[in-house]
Amino acid sequence: MNVGFVVSAIVVGGGLLWIFIRSLRGKDVDRRIVFGFVGITVALAVLFQLKFGEVATPIVKILFEKIETLPPGSKIVISFDFDPAMAPEVLPMANSFARHALAKGHRIYFFSIWATGQSLLQVTLHDIVEKEFPDAVYGIDYVNMGYKAGNEGVLNVIITDIRKMYPGDVNGTSLDSIPMMKDVHSLKDMDLLLSIGGGKPGVKEWVLFAGDRGNIPTGGGAAAVSTPLLYPYYPKQLVGLLGGTKGAAEYEAELIKRHPRFANIKTPALDMMGPQTMAHVVIISFIIIGNVSYFRSRRKQANNG
Amino acid sequence: MDIRQGFLVTLAAFLTLSIYSFLYGDNPLYRFAEHLFVGVSAAYWMCQGFWSTIVGNVIPRTSETLAAYFQVPFKEYSWQYIVPVILGIILLMRLVPKLSWISRWPLAFIIGTTAGLNLPRYLQSDFIQQMNNTFIPLLPDWQGIGYFFSSFSFSMEGQFVQILTNVVIFVGVLCGLIYFFFSKEHKGAFGVASRLGIWILMVTFGASFGYTVMGRISLLVGRITFLFHDWLNIL
Repeated sequence: MNVGFVVSAIVVGGGLLWIFIRSLRGKDVDRRIVFGFVGITVALAVLFQLKFGEVATPIVKILFEKIETLPPGSKIVISFDFDPAMAPEVLPMANSFARHALAKGHRIYFFSIWATGQSLLQVTLHDIVEKEFPDAVYGIDYVNMGYKAGNEGVLNVIITDIRKMYPGDVNGTSLDSIPMMKDVHSLKDMDLLLSIGGGKPGVKEWVLFAGDRGNIPTGGGAAAVSTPLLYPYYPKQLVGLLGGTKGAAEYEAELIKRHPRFANIKTPALDMMGPQTMAHVVIISFIIIGNVSYFRSRRKQANNG
Repeated sequence: MDIRQGFLVTLAAFLTLSIYSFLYGDNPLYRFAEHLFVGVSAAYWMCQGFWSTIVGNVIPRTSETLAAYFQVPFKEYSWQYIVPVILGIILLMRLVPKLSWISRWPLAFIIGTTAGLNLPRYLQSDFIQQMNNTFIPLLPDWQGIGYFFSSFSFSMEGQFVQILTNVVIFVGVLCGLIYFFFSKEHKGAFGVASRLGIWILMVTFGASFGYTVMGRISLLVGRITFLFHDWLNIL
């Protein structure tokens, strides 16, 4: 058994027992103890690098299969619609999509309708595209369209004519001189739209203003906070959806399982699931302790009164 | 790691700890980090907006001289691009108290355009299409009782689970709507459906809460990994 897991379990379990006994004696647990406890639990899990296995659920698997089964050379949009605050959750999704699409020989059109998404897009281009796919050629295998202000207004324009909004790519190079843009006039020429985000505009706006309007298959990944709001669009309006770190971890697990060349890649989402699991156990324990304490005190009051 | 990078990583670690210090209580360190974050974000968005919209879209269509100055290819002169420039300048009149009333015109234009753009899309995709998504067969892929029992499974892809999912969606939507129907007293069978609606809502809020917790913990993991790996170098 993993030593880190045993040490974490002893520390966390011991602490929870102490809090349980305190609450049974009727003493309040300060909110700072709760925060500190969650912090220590996560720190231990990160320090000992606890890992748990993941299996892709249908909503993730169906998106994986979509990219997997598209014929090589298909045109895929990957839009970075997030900021650094969301990055730990959703950047692993963006990296996995880019990896998978390039490995299958698809052409990627990187967009961003969030100003902050553009700099995070550079991280993916540097860490994944340039390092892991040195043979990928800019303008033939992938293109960076950069950021455009205008929120859903941008989508409203590029669904009919990309050149109206983007005279050039992120470097100002005319789109007509980029080989992979020659037969692309609007988003309707794309085979799959992938939006990664968690705010507005984001996945929902891509569904409303691009996917539904142009009848283009749309999928994506969202920060956990906004994921429940996107489930109603699956499966008819969204091909598939990666929800928070769990969705990203499932995609990483599936990618490694199906493509052995990625066996040694960094898996930040999978690495995050260990601390996630531990933290959730602690929070659930706190909810149980709180309820036991509440019902006990209520019964005591009823007996006294 | 050179001195400059070391300083930047230490600064980032200091700001991270300053933000988390709010969990202990409000304090000047937290307020400093918060104001810095908001200011830097606003400045970053403004710079990106200027270079992508003004330099990227307006200048190549309005001024050959400015296009040459900013080293962007001049497209062709187009007078339509002058209109948003004028509206943008008028919008800035908010900064001049005596002329601030003029800024209401572009503001009205922005609100009107946004409403006009959004209304048909939301009506089509969020209203009609969402209703369409609720019209689902309660017995999907039904090929007889024999097939059902031969494929009876709790696996996520089995026919039984598909039937169960569709029934839950149908009953859930119906009972959820009944809970919000206040023209009839919630008694008898109607009351039972209403109470089931509350349970459906509670489960939904619970799922949302679970996801929110996951999101917050992910951010904490990201920050702790940064502190241990990039700053303290112990991972």
